[in-house]
Amino acid sequence: MLYRESGDFSETYKADSQTFPIKFDRYRYYAVLIVAFLVIPFVINDYWANAVLVPFLIYAIAAIGLNILTGYCGQVSLGTGGFMAVGAYACYKLMTAFPDVSIVVHVLISGGITAAVVTLFGLPSLRIKGFYLAVATLAAQFFLVWLFNRVAWFYNYSASGQINAPDRTVFGYLVTGPNTEAWAKYLICLIFVTFTGIVARNMTRGALGRKWSAIRDMDIAAEIIGVNPLNAKLSAFAISGFFIGISGALFFSVYLGAAEVGEAFGIQKSFLVLFMIIIGGLGSIFGSFAGAAFMVLLPVFLKNVLVGGLGWDTALAAHLEFVIVGALIIVFLIAEPHGLAQLWRVAKEKLRLWPFPH
Amino acid sequence: MKRLATATVAAVMAAAPVMADLVFPSLSYRTGAYAAGGIPFADGYADYMTLLNERDGGIGGVMTRILECETGYNTEKGVECYEATKGEGALVYQPLSTGITYQLIPKATADGIAIHSMGYGRTSAANGKVFSNVFNYPANYWNGASAVVQHILDVNGGDIKGKKIALVYHNSAYGKEPIRTLEELSKKHGFELSLLAVDHPGQEQKSQWLQIRRERPDYVTMWGWGVMNQVAIQEAVNIRFPMENFIGVWWSGSENDVLPSGDDANGYKAVTFHNVGNNFPVFEDVKKHVVDTGKAAGAGDQIGTAIYNRGFYAAMLAAEAVRNAQAIHGVADITPAMMLDGMESLEITEARMAELGMPNFGPSFKVSCENHGGPGTVGVAQWDASSKTWSLISDFKETDMSVIQPLIEADSAAFAAENNIAERCN
Repeated sequence: MLYRESGDFSETYKADSQTFPIKFDRYRYYAVLIVAFLVIPFVINDYWANAVLVPFLIYAIAAIGLNILTGYCGQVSLGTGGFMAVGAYACYKLMTAFPDVSIVVHVLISGGITAAVVTLFGLPSLRIKGFYLAVATLAAQFFLVWLFNRVAWFYNYSASGQINAPDRTVFGYLVTGPNTEAWAKYLICLIFVTFTGIVARNMTRGALGRKWSAIRDMDIAAEIIGVNPLNAKLSAFAISGFFIGISGALFFSVYLGAAEVGEAFGIQKSFLVLFMIIIGGLGSIFGSFAGAAFMVLLPVFLKNVLVGGLGWDTALAAHLEFVIVGALIIVFLIAEPHGLAQLWRVAKEKLRLWPFPH
Repeated sequence: MKRLATATVAAVMAAAPVMADLVFPSLSYRTGAYAAGGIPFADGYADYMTLLNERDGGIGGVMTRILECETGYNTEKGVECYEATKGEGALVYQPLSTGITYQLIPKATADGIAIHSMGYGRTSAANGKVFSNVFNYPANYWNGASAVVQHILDVNGGDIKGKKIALVYHNSAYGKEPIRTLEELSKKHGFELSLLAVDHPGQEQKSQWLQIRRERPDYVTMWGWGVMNQVAIQEAVNIRFPMENFIGVWWSGSENDVLPSGDDANGYKAVTFHNVGNNFPVFEDVKKHVVDTGKAAGAGDQIGTAIYNRGFYAAMLAAEAVRNAQAIHGVADITPAMMLDGMESLEITEARMAELGMPNFGPSFKVSCENHGGPGTVGVAQWDASSKTWSLISDFKETDMSVIQPLIEADSAAFAAENNIAERCN
């Protein structure tokens, strides 16, 4: 009834090609932004920021990054953890080397550095495909973790190999370090998420995104219709790397504050982000958010219900958490192999016809 | 739906605190690759607090409350646990993970809560002038490294020039901690040091032990944790490395590490800063008041194991600090800030330990504003495979502070400079 195209006339080409062509969708999007920017910062506390929202937002950026590479361009990557580590260590080196430069600039430059590194590791993708490429990126994962463990320059020669984020401010408000207010932490991540979300959404709708999809669906056919595989694949690696680098930089500087590479950016992280996009939906920006929410929020929610609410033994709850999350993943994938994003798409289709389906 | 909501509310009400209590968060890990160490520690910590509640009615008349939160040795879950528990009046955090400790040092300092990283964490936190809220008494990694070398010196009559010592370490912040000290000591005593990193979780160590077999070091020392320990000991057995020349740090010295290798592990050594075994009067009380009443944490089968004793000891030191804080401030229900005062002026004497039914359980020491690290005295325990027990073969001895103290000063000064911290205690 409310959710339909009819009655919503676009008078310009711009209006016709906007992200959310349905009015109801558009207003829902604005409502989400208003709640995220103008309501949550005033009610957020330390627990919600540090345990729930900040990790969700940061993983959403990483998932968007990986989704561009795997979901849109079809290049499987198991190196996300290592690439996030590049962002984190680049950010750490920049923060300590140039303390007077704004952290926002550092995060963006870290994204750029990661983009360069990821492009380098993307070069083999021109020759190898599918599972073989996955193995090549797996090598990148192990190489990068080894590198940051091995070369003391990356962690400024500290005794333990840990990197610690010093205090940095944006417009005079602390955003990194232990004295950061919850709202500042949340807001800086939210700004980056909004930025990456809008950029990614528009990129994937444009010429570049169509090239990626063409390569994903059938690379030989794409080449015949004039898509340059070198450009398309490497741009996907670079842009994906840029987003993953940003998420790694924020993960270390804003969220954790201290990190060691093997623990924070190990192979589990690569799998976690990959699961996010598979469960959320490959080739969907909304799916990146949904997958990140599923993988970050569900364990915290289960823990709070089982231990906090029902007073269960912590070990039992932790084990049961694995079982429940694992079972839900299987259920979701059987019920909807294309992820949560497809469920959302189907729901929208149904809504258009509601309340009078044929 | 409504029934569920009512049930949830009722459960929350039941779990909510009724009155004033002393809250001790226990960031435990009963799952994952490191659970073998996490379970006994958490059990020991909880059992001591339960004992105080059951036998004495709490500390100074105020009941203790353990807030257990599962971290799985994972830093992200550690952060979640910290945020979830800090608002409940948490007095002191014992993260039992060097990674989580690093994470919590700045956070807890900002929130004014104490961290007691007993025998782990950031070693230079021993310098109270820089680290106001972090304590690592009675001993730290660098004491442990020095004690290993000291023991090798003792065995060799004081001369180890030209000997080879290999360090097998967990490739993380934890495992890297002793390297600097061992390098300094190798310069001082003229031994050759080789470093062998083992990646998380440590189940795959073939190449490291192949290298040991090739290089034939005279001694091997180990900074391992969790499943890595038993794998290393099994590998050492496989290459027939003499067990009495294999010395682990205290985190590599539990029953779980040596039992899988059976009789072959006989003679394996580990340094320790507290006593081993279950031959202490206090364990009678634990049996009577905690185990027999069915209030033991976990399965209740860990009493007297090396890491159970460590958790028990950590709880004892925390409880004594509470007592001290109560005495200083004259308040029974203390705040986290008072707890800091209690820890900073804590004094543990042999007489007090005997009174607690724990004679010679650890060293006697005194904490001060400058020194949060305690005396750093370390003993050596050896495994007897036939009786399946650890026994102390050397008493708690001084370690080489002439090497360690400058390293502590340098590392803490670097931290202070990075974070603009002014020195305290002037």
